[in-house]
Parts: sequence; C-alpha cells; structure tokens
Amino acid sequence: MDESLGMLGVPLAVLGGALRVSPPYLFVSLGECLTEKSGRVNLGLEGTLVMGAMSAYGVSYLSGSAWLGVLAAGGVGVLLGALHAWLCARQRVNDIAIGIALMLLGVGTAFFLGKPLIKPTAPRLPAFELGAWSDSPPLRAALEVNVLFAIGIALAFALRFALNRTRVGLLLRVAGESADSARAMGYDVLRIRAYATALGGFFAGIGGSFLSLYYPGSWNEGLSSGQGLMAVALVIFARWDPVRCLWASLLFGAAGALGPALQSVGVTGGYHLLNAAPYILTLAIMIATSSARRTLPGQPAELVSAR
Amino acid sequence: MSDLANGPSGTRPPALRAIGLRKTFGAFTALDDVSLELRPGSVHALLGENGAGKSTLVKCIMGYHRPDQGRILLDDREVTPRNPREAQALGLGMVYQHFTLVPNMTVAENLVLSRAQLPFLIDWAAERAALARFVATMPFAVELDATVRSLAAGEKQRLEILKQLYLQSRIVILDEPTSVLTSGEAEELLSLLRGMSSAGQISVLMITHKFREVLGFADEVTVLRRGRMAGSGQVKALTPSRMAEMMMGSAAPLESTRAPAAAVGDCRLRVAALTADDDVGVPALRGVSFDVRAGEIVGIAAVAGNGQEELVEVLAGQRLRSQGDVHVHGEPYFARREQLHRHRVRCLPEEPLRNACVPNMSVAENMAFRSFDRPPFARAGFALSHGAIRASADGLQREYGIRAPSMGSPIGQLSGGNVQRAVLARELRGEVDVLIAANPCMGLDFAAVAEIHARIRKARDQGAAVLLVSADLDEVLALADRVLVMSEGQVVHETTPETADVTLMGKYMAGHAA
Repeated sequence: MDESLGMLGVPLAVLGGALRVSPPYLFVSLGECLTEKSGRVNLGLEGTLVMGAMSAYGVSYLSGSAWLGVLAAGGVGVLLGALHAWLCARQRVNDIAIGIALMLLGVGTAFFLGKPLIKPTAPRLPAFELGAWSDSPPLRAALEVNVLFAIGIALAFALRFALNRTRVGLLLRVAGESADSARAMGYDVLRIRAYATALGGFFAGIGGSFLSLYYPGSWNEGLSSGQGLMAVALVIFARWDPVRCLWASLLFGAAGALGPALQSVGVTGGYHLLNAAPYILTLAIMIATSSARRTLPGQPAELVSAR
Repeated sequence: MSDLANGPSGTRPPALRAIGLRKTFGAFTALDDVSLELRPGSVHALLGENGAGKSTLVKCIMGYHRPDQGRILLDDREVTPRNPREAQALGLGMVYQHFTLVPNMTVAENLVLSRAQLPFLIDWAAERAALARFVATMPFAVELDATVRSLAAGEKQRLEILKQLYLQSRIVILDEPTSVLTSGEAEELLSLLRGMSSAGQISVLMITHKFREVLGFADEVTVLRRGRMAGSGQVKALTPSRMAEMMMGSAAPLESTRAPAAAVGDCRLRVAALTADDDVGVPALRGVSFDVRAGEIVGIAAVAGNGQEELVEVLAGQRLRSQGDVHVHGEPYFARREQLHRHRVRCLPEEPLRNACVPNMSVAENMAFRSFDRPPFARAGFALSHGAIRASADGLQREYGIRAPSMGSPIGQLSGGNVQRAVLARELRGEVDVLIAANPCMGLDFAAVAEIHARIRKARDQGAAVLLVSADLDEVLALADRVLVMSEGQVVHETTPETADVTLMGKYMAGHAA
C-alpha cells in the first residue's frame, strides 16, 4: 500500500478522528448522564473538564506517571462535583446558575494554576496500536485506540448494567423520576443526587485528563473546545442511556474530525465552517429535540419540574 | 414470600389503639386528646371536614410526626415509630391520596423498589418469578411489565394496595382511596378490602368523607372536628344526618335541591370534532363534538386520563388543537384575550393553584387577572391602579367569604377551598356568557362544595352556558341538565340525570362499552 490513499483517506481520517477525539465527549457525557438520571443538571462540567486536564498534566509532570495524573483529575472532578451538589442542596439555590458559576471557577482556576505547565512536557497515556499490521502510516495513525477510550467503552456498558440491575442504579433512577416516591420510601434524595453529581464530576475530570495527556497532549489555554457544554446536548441526544452516549460521542468526534480530514486530501474551502461541524450538530440536536408541545421520551421526570 | 392468607405468624392482625393523642404545630393544635381503636379484622372509617385532623392522626400513627402526648399500642404493646419505615416494619402500611408510584417505571420495578431490603445485584428474572407467584395469590391481576404511567387510576390504586400486601402490612391505612375512582371501581376496591379484613388478613383504617362508603363498608367510625373527637361508634347505629351533625357541629346544610332550569336559549359554545394530543404526542382527544346552550349545564363525566383534561386545556387556550373547531356565539374561538373579553368566557380549571393562579403573587393581584388591562384597574391603558385592585378584592372577599391572612399575602398560602373561592370570585364577576368548570370541588369539604355548586347553579340561572367537567359522578348528576360520558378521548354516552343508569355510566366511564 502506498503512502497516499486518495479519497479513501477521508473516511479513514474521520474514523481515526472519531476514535481519537471522542473520549472526552464520552466521559463527560457519561458523567452528565448519571447526574441527570438522578434529577439534577450540572452545567459546570466544562470547568471540571479543564481543571481535570490541568491537574492531570501537572501531576503527571511532577510524578512521572500519566495514570497518577488521571487519578488526580478524577479526584479534582469529585471535589468540584461535590461542591456543586452541596451548593444545590441549599434552599432556593438554582442549579443552572451554580453550574455556570462553577464552570467559570473551574476554567479560571485551571488557567491560573496551570501557567507554569505550559512549557514542560509530561508523560503521556499509552494506546493500543490496532493498526500495527499495516504498512501505511495514515492507517496506523487512524487505528490507534487510547487505553482510556477502551476503559470508557467498558464503562458505558457497565453503567447501563448498573442502572438497570443494581440496587444503587435503581435508587438513582427513582431519585430522578419521582423525588416524592423516593422520599416516601425513606430515601434521602439529596444524598443520592450528591453522590451522582460527585461521580459525574469524577468522569468529567478523567475526560479532561485525556485532553492534556493524549490528544492534543499538552497544556494550554485553548485546550478544550467546549466538550463539557456539548455533553449536555449529547446526553439528550442519547436519551439518557449510557451506551447511546458512546455512539453519540463517536458521532460528535467524527463531526469534529471532518474538517481536518477533508483538509488532508486538499479540500480547503469552507475550512472554518467544517470545523464548526460539532457545534452545528449540537445546535441542530437542541432545536430538533425541543418542542412546545411534548416532553422528551426517556427524560427523567424530575428534570422537568421545578427543583 | 409467606402464605398471606393468615399472615406471617398465622394469626390475625394486631389490635391498634391510639390513646389521648395530642399534636401541635407551633400555636396551632392539630389534634387534642384523640383516641381510636381499630379492632383486628375490622374496617374503621375516619370522618371529618378538611382540616379536622384526620391526616395528622394517621401521620402520627405512621411515624411521620411524633405526638406531643399520648400513646400508640399494638396488641397492648406500646410502639413509637420514628419514621414510616419503622412503622412499615411494625406492619403498618399507608396508601396515600397522591400515588407514590414512580410513573416511568414498571409495576415490577415499583414493587421491588418498595422493599426495605434490596440486594445489591437485582436478579430480575428471579424477582419477576417471585412476584408472579405472589400476584397469583391475590384476588386481582396486575401486569408486571406495564409502566405505571399507562395504568388507569383504579389500577394504580389497586397497585398501591398490592404494594402494601407485598410488604406484608397487617394494618392498612387509606387516605381517601376512592377519590380518583369511578363508582364501579370504588365498589370493587372497597369490597375487596372488606373481604380481606373479614377473612382476618388485614385491618383497614380508611379516611373518607363519603357517607355512602362508611355505611356500605365500615364497621366502626370515628368522627373528628377541629382536632377533637366529635363522636364514634358502630356504623350500624348511626345515620348519615347524625354523622353529618357530628362532622359539622350542627345540622348539616342540605344539598340544595335541583332547581328547574329556566328556558334554555341559543347555542353559546359549539365544539366540533375536536382533536388534540397530550404532552407526549399521543392523541388524547379524538374527535369530540357537543353543544352548550345558554341557561343549561352540560356535565361531562369522565375518569382522570380520558381526554377531558386536554379538552378543558384546549378550550382555555392552554393547548393547541390538531383538528376540529370551537365556536362561541357562532364565531371561531381561539381563547385569545380579546375574544375572552368579548364573548365573556370564564374558566375554572382544575387544580386552580397550578392552572389559574400565580402562587407567589398576592390574592388581590390574582383576582385581577381577568381585567387588569382595563379600567378601573388600568389607567390610560397601562398604569395599574393598585388601590382599585385592592378595593375590588376586599369587596369580593366579603361576598365570597375568602379566608386569608390578608388580601396582600401570596395566594399560595391559602387553603384549597379559599383558593377556589378566590378564583370563582374572579371568574364570576360581571356578566358571564360561557362558564367552563373542571373538577371545581376536588378536595374540598362539603360546606365549600355546597357553596360552589350553588354559585354554579346561579350562573346558569342567570343565563350562562355552563360546561362542567368532573370525575365525580354524583356531582355531575346533581348539577347537570344533560350528561355526557367521555372515555378514551371520545364522547361515548349521553343521557340526562333523570334517566341516568349509574351502573351503565360507570361502565362507560371505565371504558367497557355496555
């Protein structure tokens, strides 16, 4: 096989892009999915993502271990999620406002603390080389699947299993479907939502660690392209099911890879428009799924009613 | 799952006694020296007006509240449940007025969820097999995989009771269990409970305000008034008027007799082939047509969830129709504000606090919603005159007897009956050509009910065309001149109160065409 694959290169590049770019979408949407299933919306995951990216890079650089960085990112995510939950448990507090506030807090803190991290390079995460059998560098590059992504795939299936088949999952769903019923059964709805939000933050932090430790693989202030906010649309698109979040993340990743892929075969027209593909997709989904007349199937009932 | 015929230890349910219970909330005394005895295997009715303390009494027994004084004994052993789960462990179970089922989950999931001890990993196949075995011992069937949202109110109520039996409650407390059921379903439910208690499986404590149920199904009755005991005894020894007297403290006002309708005039409201979807996009209203003429009350009897809520929402302008027409005074009608004024259409939606009021705004402001944009409330077309609004509200408060801390306090603080009075006052102000009322008396005590019925009749006598939508067949038959039955989004039966066959109507309402 020769170096240039011609037009075949475009779908390959899109596939490669999807595999490479979707893990942050995946982890953040899984986290948001859990949080929303419990009846609360966390709009601060963008801040958690960026803080996670920064802490992962910092810890990885200081300790020499990328996985330790991932854990640190998760820890930071738990803290931010717990903060969101604690604030939202107060009387008369609006989840949406808190989410946005924490997003700004997370992003600002990360940029401030991360200034010393812009120059140094830190150890990166490993990947499975699924394309090792090929001689073609583009093919090999496209089929590199990061270990974290593999973990994410397993996680999506595990979460779906847990939501349907474990006691914890059932309780989480009740808190999100009918807080009154949960309370009548004697469960503490606020506590359940707190755990769900903290766990959601954990996943979002890990999603952030992928950005700084694999692709793009360094720390700087333009690292995130808004994955944390898009995850909210993604969860709606996936109708609150973890495995559908996986497919939706791949779709968003593919949309994000479309611009560079076309550019690589020489199609340079409309560059900015194509790079806007994920955002256009988000907007299209939000428009298509909102309606003055009907509620969304699969939506946890508690998300609709007043807090 | 043990054999439920005789309970886990093969004995009868425990005897429940509440002695001298007293409960205060701040300065308000909800219960004062109330005692109750529930004999094993009996059905005991708890009667009283709204606010008499029935719910408080039952909540003390169930562990929601701790009584300030008094004792609760089960089989002569004192118990102090600190929360409903402890009460459940003692064998006390409660079926609430508002369902505590999770609508988006299945029957099986709801039942399994209600258990106190859940295993970490749920083996659904085994659980469903166990549930199927349990349900087989019950006198009625439920479909384990149906979502609760798709069940009718009667089925949900039966599921709530099933849940209690599944949890092995020996004493089942019910709060107005038949308020959302048709008379046929109510009969079935109460006979079922009666049968199970006679067989010694359970004892039943039932909160109700319907004398018919007390007379037909209860062994003993306790009457509360303003937190105190106003009487108790064997049902055999009491009559409805005696019970009413105990509830009200004086001879109860008689339900006013049906006044003969004045001459019926021209057609004011015409609905033709009206079709509309519900919130999830499923057709709820499937081609409904009827007329309402001046000076008559057309009653639509339907069980909750058969399209009548959507009908009222379309007429009130809260929901878009997908097909069909509405004409008022012969003109196409879309419930726009200008049309509402011109055609003098008034609406009393159900759950007025949610549908006709803004809870955080004051009573006076809420009562001005119909005409705040016109003189005398608005000067020069836009400046509100709060003085005029307040004066009007004060006048209406006196006329309608609305009890509120003040007309400036938020309407959300008022009790249900007073909210309804406030909304009525607003809607019946001035001349009324068309009045649409939906479940106007839900949850109100019978003094308020009699008052509201009288006002609706008065509006009719003054020439309004009245459309009354209600789930309470008694109310429809008492007020309406013509009766329509709706089921599954269509009008399935038409009759008049004089010629109505209640059993047949109940069948139509439940969806079984005769």
